[in-house]
Amino acid sequence: MFDKTLAELAQGLERGDYSSTELTQAYLQRINALDSQYNSFITVTEEQALAQAKAADEARAAGNGGALCGLPIAHKDLFCTQGVRTSSASKMLDNFVSPYDATIVSRLKNAGTVTLGKLNMDEFAMGSSNESSFYGPARNPWNTDCVPGGSSGGSAAAVAARLTPAATGSDTGGSIRQPAALCGITGLKPTYGRVSRYGMIAFASSLDQAGPMAQTAEDCGMILNAMAGFDPMDSTSAERDMEDYTAELNQPLAGLKVGLPKEYFSDALDAGVAEQVRNAVAEFEKLGATVKEVSLPNTELCIPAYYILAPAEASSNLSRFDGVRYGYRCEDPADLEDLYKRSRGEGFGAEVKRRIMVGTYALSAGYYDAYYNKAQQIRRMIQQDFVNVLNDVDVIMGPTTPQTAFKLGEKSSDPVSMYMEDIFTLSLNLAGLPGISVPCGQSNGLPVGLQIIGNYFAESKLLNVAHQFQQATDWHKQIPAGVEV
Amino acid sequence: MSLDRSEVEQIAHLARLQIDAADIDSYSDSLNSILNLVDQMQATNTDGVEPLAHPLDAVQRLRADEVSEVNQREALQAVAPATEEGLFLVPKVIE
Repeated sequence: MFDKTLAELAQGLERGDYSSTELTQAYLQRINALDSQYNSFITVTEEQALAQAKAADEARAAGNGGALCGLPIAHKDLFCTQGVRTSSASKMLDNFVSPYDATIVSRLKNAGTVTLGKLNMDEFAMGSSNESSFYGPARNPWNTDCVPGGSSGGSAAAVAARLTPAATGSDTGGSIRQPAALCGITGLKPTYGRVSRYGMIAFASSLDQAGPMAQTAEDCGMILNAMAGFDPMDSTSAERDMEDYTAELNQPLAGLKVGLPKEYFSDALDAGVAEQVRNAVAEFEKLGATVKEVSLPNTELCIPAYYILAPAEASSNLSRFDGVRYGYRCEDPADLEDLYKRSRGEGFGAEVKRRIMVGTYALSAGYYDAYYNKAQQIRRMIQQDFVNVLNDVDVIMGPTTPQTAFKLGEKSSDPVSMYMEDIFTLSLNLAGLPGISVPCGQSNGLPVGLQIIGNYFAESKLLNVAHQFQQATDWHKQIPAGVEV
Repeated sequence: MSLDRSEVEQIAHLARLQIDAADIDSYSDSLNSILNLVDQMQATNTDGVEPLAHPLDAVQRLRADEVSEVNQREALQAVAPATEEGLFLVPKVIE
């Protein structure tokens, strides 16, 4: 049963093969039995899950169940969940029980989903390996010596190990797509503003975007239907009509124009990854797509620009953690400054402190023009590159990551080598564009992800393109060796 | 651009972060390697390029100046480290 997709489980509920309560109990038992291998959950919310499942069963019996009613999911632990610890994987918020729900949490709750628990991540979503979590790293189900990617590493690991059929994630520089690629699942980062940021613990507010992670594009569309939409509580929420993101899944791809950026296929790209991505592109040609080389000339500049802008925004956002209103407070502060400094010094981990300091420096007097303003100018150049190419093609394809999952500890002592992991993903956050990672092959027994990039608000197109690929291939159905279903 | 110990201490002070003296050199090394990375930007000519703050160049939405929130003081202060009579407690600020 645990190999089933969300769409298949929904059919089972509809047919009455099992109740939501039975489904929820089965997943809770599975998490309790297996998650010690993966450390993908920070908190399992058994009691709430069973209460939600009971309510969902009653709603279905009364004929009130929607598409997601009674289906189990889990949330990345940076989405506020009322009455449940919301830690952002930080010591700073280890004691924080949220007094309210994030908009996406309440929307998914209203859609009848059952929340199994809260998922592991890099601390405050800062990382590409899940190793900066206060609760220890999540592990990659394909090889538990390897990282699951990050920052939504727990979300990706839990879906890959079939501990939950789907999960939420957030993506500031690749944090949905990179772990999806490394764990062999499907993950969508929507257009900036498509999904509300209200109640999502902020990292870099002009880049942050929440999205779905699941086995298939179809499942991601089902979840996005509940997550997306205008929210007056988010000042940058896009004011657009609701869409059905599953409506275009079955459109044929004949005539689809695909661009392959030459900068994404340099010698630095792992040969095994390059081969699998090229095979995937050939599959699209069989489906009727036409493929041409395109150029995104400022690709290399996205890393320096991002590592100014994201830390600068983070240093401002994380100033709210002061040991006064919520979160960690140091013992016996001598005075107010000591309270601030020790609460923050003791409550934040090393990578978070590094980024706060980089951001503080970049925004400090005398350096603003050289760093922040320069990075914002480069951000526009990167966006213009994409706009030019997307005037010419429907979607852009390339590898999601430069290599497959790496070993725990391999990059954790060198932040800059870790940052290179996101070279293909973070340009989309800078430009605000949507992107999806789909499993497209394996190299040395580890999954390879194909990134498909579309124009602003083209999520339906991306899900259509990904779904058609998944109808023609079965990479998304591969389950890690050792994961029994 | 290279930061020395005293500059790292000054940045940590501005960010209100207590850093152990023993860790300053390692922060200094990693901050310098990050700054070397971001300094790749400086070789790029950006003359006349308008900075981009919002990917869709959206402007701030305004709303009517009306009360929209209910008072949730007790719920919000339930997670505070120290409160008294509805106030957040901090060490004495004024002698």
